[in-house]
Amino acid sequence: MYKSFLIKYGEIAIKGKNRYLFEEALVSRIKYALREAEGEFRVRRLQGRIYVDALGEYDYDEVMDALSHVFGIVGICPVVLTEDKGFEALSQDVIDYMDRVYPDKNITFKVNARRARKNYPMNSMELNAALGEKILEAFPEIKVDVHQPDVLLCVEIREEINIYSLEVKGAGGMPVGTNGRAMLLLSGGIDSPVAGYMIAKRGVEVDAVYFHAPPYTSERAKQKVVDLAKIVAKYSGPIRLHVVNFTDIQLYIYEKCPHEELTIIMRRYMMKIAEYFARKNHCLGLITGESIGQVASQTMQSLAATNAVCTLPVYRPLIGFDKNEIIEISEKIGAYDTSILPFEDCCTIFVAKHPVTKPNIQVIEKSELKLSEKIEELVKTAIETTEVITAE
Amino acid sequence: MEVYLDNSATTKCSRAAAEKMAQLLTEDFGNPSSLHTMGVKAEGCIKEAREIIAKTLKADAKEIIFTSGGTESNNLAIFGSAEANKRAGKRIITTAIEHASVLQPMKHLEEMGYEVVYLPVDHDGIVLSEALEAALNEETILVSVMHVNNEIGALEPVGEIAGLIKRKAPGALFHVDAIQSYGKFVIHPGKLGIDMLSVSGHKIHGPKGSGFLYVKDKTKIKPILFGGGQQKGMRSGTENVPAIAGLGVAAKEAYDNIASNTEHMRKLKEYFISKATEIEGVAVNGKTGEDSAPHIVSLSVSDVKSEVFLHSLEEMGVYISAGSACSSNKAAVSSTLQGIGLNPNLIDSTVRFSFSKNTTMEELDYTLSCMREIIPFRRKFTRK
Repeated sequence: MYKSFLIKYGEIAIKGKNRYLFEEALVSRIKYALREAEGEFRVRRLQGRIYVDALGEYDYDEVMDALSHVFGIVGICPVVLTEDKGFEALSQDVIDYMDRVYPDKNITFKVNARRARKNYPMNSMELNAALGEKILEAFPEIKVDVHQPDVLLCVEIREEINIYSLEVKGAGGMPVGTNGRAMLLLSGGIDSPVAGYMIAKRGVEVDAVYFHAPPYTSERAKQKVVDLAKIVAKYSGPIRLHVVNFTDIQLYIYEKCPHEELTIIMRRYMMKIAEYFARKNHCLGLITGESIGQVASQTMQSLAATNAVCTLPVYRPLIGFDKNEIIEISEKIGAYDTSILPFEDCCTIFVAKHPVTKPNIQVIEKSELKLSEKIEELVKTAIETTEVITAE
Repeated sequence: MEVYLDNSATTKCSRAAAEKMAQLLTEDFGNPSSLHTMGVKAEGCIKEAREIIAKTLKADAKEIIFTSGGTESNNLAIFGSAEANKRAGKRIITTAIEHASVLQPMKHLEEMGYEVVYLPVDHDGIVLSEALEAALNEETILVSVMHVNNEIGALEPVGEIAGLIKRKAPGALFHVDAIQSYGKFVIHPGKLGIDMLSVSGHKIHGPKGSGFLYVKDKTKIKPILFGGGQQKGMRSGTENVPAIAGLGVAAKEAYDNIASNTEHMRKLKEYFISKATEIEGVAVNGKTGEDSAPHIVSLSVSDVKSEVFLHSLEEMGVYISAGSACSSNKAAVSSTLQGIGLNPNLIDSTVRFSFSKNTTMEELDYTLSCMREIIPFRRKFTRK
């Protein structure tokens, strides 16, 4: 029955002179999200609001699902839009609306009218009372409750009249594209997709880098990362996923450096390579899924040691999160089931049984000197052979 | 060079089988239950396949029930006979090294109140006949033993087992999972004393989604799928005519030259083992020669993780199987490799090579040269 959806957005409204930029970004994100939904749609901005109009048959659930992935949307209201043909016509429309949306009339309601177009002959208070009365006349079982109604029926008098009572919660945040771009280190675990999601939520476009180590990690492990990138991309828009073949670097570090420092040194090179691609893609920062103390490589000392190789800011949105809190978000965004697929753990040979937990940067740097002969060349080759996959 | 040595996982469908299927999918596509000519033609194709297969087993055509493959055949044999004979007893005997499509139904039967005995095997994977003899009693309604183990190629003495059952528990039915052995061995279930025998099409160059269960005439068994009553009510559902016909073609091809094909694979196996075990730290699991399946070689490669080895060979175009998935994923630890008492350190380092009649000596030479390169190199990188 709905032909249109009223899109409510929050933070954008307070962004002053840049408001139109945010609105434009939101409109373009909505259009992008709707491309997979069945049906044809028009997205329009009108008097500080955004409407999605279906131009024919469409799939309601698919539209709701698509819109619920768009950052910047606070609420999605399926809305009935009618022309102003006088109060009698309006009250009939309102009665029809109530009848169709609430087949079970054993409910309480309240009318919340708003006269945005000031030349309308009745004011908001008068409309509340008059429409309430019409509804009570039409459906004797329905009761009014002005404090805690089951149904808050919104009737807004604008160019068109808006009738709605349902609001589905949106994804919140800011439209992607309004806050630059960052490079996500995506591993295939639970944390990094969540980290990417959280940064995208603040309006940041996301690209990603994955370190592939064949034959120690399989094609399936890589496919899993591509799948995770696609899940994040449902929120963030297309992700350019850089698949770096890291095997030779890992083996070289394994041969030259103390085994307990392997993970830290490896991560330092991962950060360096990620930063290279970040700069190349005009990213303003790196994103990782690190959380303090979760594993040996995420102690304060280890984070400092990996951080030291970067000049771009490293965003760690999960830094203070417990694992179960991260899992909760992972499940919410639909990444968890993919994250826990068990493909990857065969490269345990690169994990020392007792890795350093409090690495000293000077000591690490000294160990890295042992790599000086070949490492630059290996990094160069890894960069040159990187495969870029667009996940969307 | 691309070398496919994972024929126990699946085989390439034979051209003749695929062509027959294409014709049945796109031209003679009738439903065998239809009364018109199109249906009669389809029915004829099933009949033809049934007769070909029956002949390979020296069985009667009516003893063949077509299924969707090995898993369904095993499920039908186990659930179907357990249900039909539940009043005669509750004891079922199987082995510790069966395929999941036998072990999982068994677990389910245990939950339903049946008593399932899992026989141990020796270090070659051969079921201990003393254990079987001890387990057999009057309560026993079913014994299910695989003919060839899929992981190490152990050849179980099914004839001897049938004899034991006849002596100790004549009322019990004997089911043999022959998914890895059909097409490699001549099997005459009637003579051997086998009541039910499971076969899968895609292991013998037939299509995936095809298979059958041989059920000796007058065997007490109930269906597990109910519906339109096809295949005399034993397996409802419109027959998968293309798959059945493809399976028929593949079965004929498998048995037309079985002696020379098996001989060819035996030679390959012998050669491969002799060369592979020359590489340091490589050992073969299970028996070899006439006492084993001709097409399966299980190797343990010390200090090289099976998945790393597998992916290293894959990089060079050679496709094999890991004996067992990574040990961090405990659920996947192979019951066969545990069953033969393999050193736990080697369970993670065990791989399977499986040949087909199309495998060549050149392919094995290439594979061996890859192995000589990979094994010492990968062994340098072990967890410290």
